[in-house]
Amino acid sequence: MDLLLTLVSIIMTAATPLLLAALGETVTERAGVLNLGVEGMMIMGAVAGFAGAALSGNPFVGVVTAILAGMAMALLFGFLTLTLLANQVATGLALTLLGLGLSALIGESFVGQPGIKLPSWAGIDPLVPFSFAMVAAVSWFLFRSKGGLIVRAVGVSHASAHALGYNVVGVRYLAVLFGGAMAGLGGGYLSLFYTPQWVENMSAGRGWIALALVVFASWLPLRVLAGAYLFGTISILSFVLQAAGVGIPSQFLSSLPYLGTILALVVISGNKALTRRNTPANLGQAFVPDR
Amino acid sequence: MRLEKRPERSNAMAIASPFIAFALTIVTAAIIFTLRGNNPFAALYVYFIEPLTALWSIEQTLVKASPLILIGAGLSVAYRANVWNIGAEGQLTAGAILAGSVPVLFPQWQSPLALLAMIILGVIGGMLWASIPAILRNRFNANEILTSLMLVYVVQLLLDYLVRGPWRDPQGFNFPKTVSFSGWQTLPYLTSGIHAGVVITVLIALALGLVMSRTLKGFEIAVTGQSPRAARFAGFSEKSTVMFCFLLAGGLAGLAGAFEISSVVGQLQPQISPGYGFAAIIVAFLGRLNPIGVIFAGLLLALSYIGGEAVQTALQIPDKITRVIQGILLFYILACDTLINYRIVTSSPVLQKA
Repeated sequence: MDLLLTLVSIIMTAATPLLLAALGETVTERAGVLNLGVEGMMIMGAVAGFAGAALSGNPFVGVVTAILAGMAMALLFGFLTLTLLANQVATGLALTLLGLGLSALIGESFVGQPGIKLPSWAGIDPLVPFSFAMVAAVSWFLFRSKGGLIVRAVGVSHASAHALGYNVVGVRYLAVLFGGAMAGLGGGYLSLFYTPQWVENMSAGRGWIALALVVFASWLPLRVLAGAYLFGTISILSFVLQAAGVGIPSQFLSSLPYLGTILALVVISGNKALTRRNTPANLGQAFVPDR
Repeated sequence: MRLEKRPERSNAMAIASPFIAFALTIVTAAIIFTLRGNNPFAALYVYFIEPLTALWSIEQTLVKASPLILIGAGLSVAYRANVWNIGAEGQLTAGAILAGSVPVLFPQWQSPLALLAMIILGVIGGMLWASIPAILRNRFNANEILTSLMLVYVVQLLLDYLVRGPWRDPQGFNFPKTVSFSGWQTLPYLTSGIHAGVVITVLIALALGLVMSRTLKGFEIAVTGQSPRAARFAGFSEKSTVMFCFLLAGGLAGLAGAFEISSVVGQLQPQISPGYGFAAIIVAFLGRLNPIGVIFAGLLLALSYIGGEAVQTALQIPDKITRVIQGILLFYILACDTLINYRIVTSSPVLQKA
């Protein structure tokens, strides 16, 4: 029984950063913006979270700095793609490359320094219930509120939303910033709870897995929750098998989450009817008002 | 301040934009150096100019530019067709593994054929690894950005397994490395610092430039990227373009992997590239998605690696600064490219009189 509880709490810690980042990206993409820079925003959140906690001595300050770092990166992305109309795919890649480099430079002095861990109760930290609440909140917002209707309208047809008098670029900025805040928080979770220390590249592709989760979940928050826990379980599975002494080299077990992501994408994307029904029609397209 | 669409694409801006981007990057780098408490002029000199004043560091720059140009040239073709292969780092690794299998499994084989086999297997390895995301996109509609990137992690773990496990050098004191390659398992050197791969790289980039500007295949790729609908009407198959772009970029990345392990690295080890596959994305954009432009862009990015090492030794600035400068450069390129199709207007639009 104790073992089961421990296992569940470990799965929660593995799933929560994915869940937070993927929920943010769901809202961003629902507004029609494809931000491939989740990995860059997460890693900046991780280093800023560690720095905030280490310099103030309070892990909750770290939570705030992680969110702010993610939002700052998102703002940069928004300025390029929404104001300067740069290519979203290329800008997202740029955001990831810059985030990985900048975090390594900033974190240089923190390497090997012990971090401050978020307090927890029975292995459950405050961000786990928060992430569940956010699933409900995002779900309600997107499908039960007027604001969510506007966000989805902007994502499905920016021209129509503009004709109705909605500020397309403004809505998209807010959606991108929300995505940045959640990715930053997910990254902060890594350096404040998952492994409370700073290690270069510590996000290890989780931002990309979160992006895949959004597709896997066909842009639905409840399915993002299910997907994040499925992936959390897969990544823990490799640890469990390793600890159990299964005769499989550890490198093959470590590659399971990445292979699982590819498999999930293949299964979901192959179902064209499902993808078409939920994909925001204007995803990734720049909006130019005078067109 | 707002953007106004130009009536026509500005050719002057298309040429000027990479230079503006580079100038802005220098200014930003100077600000970062100042914030760190370094003299910005001294740091910029050590970073961007001093490497070009000594023969050995010029040679180093050319050698580092080789993988960047090879991969960047392939990616520039793919991105032009809107095929988003971002897993070149993995394709480089796959090429290196297959190329490295020759000297690891047949250490006694000393003949020009051994080197040839390594090079051919390198290309095949890169192509095989790149064909996976292409097949998954063509067959299952799976997003190639995510699948190609995931495969980077997978193949890096495979390399890690090989050099720690079955391929580890038995006389290597348990270090995760294969035997060192020697003789005809390595590339011939033209000077003390430049290997034959550098020349082949430039020839390939030039040839690819001709293919893109002078052949039907090049036209097909450009049309597919600019207007998929027009490409369909012209009877160009999108699926075959996707496959072609992945095989081309993957093959070139694999070739770069084969060159690296048969020259600079000289063996297989857990890390064989300082992120050339990702930096080549910047090279492709800085080179205006044109294989000829990529040659110059590759040299500049190579200089950024050498400069990063230089400031670390000379001024104790961490070489992590390299990746920051590279990332900032890409941001400025993307921002400046806006000016090709738009101009900045400060006043509000004037209504025309009827």
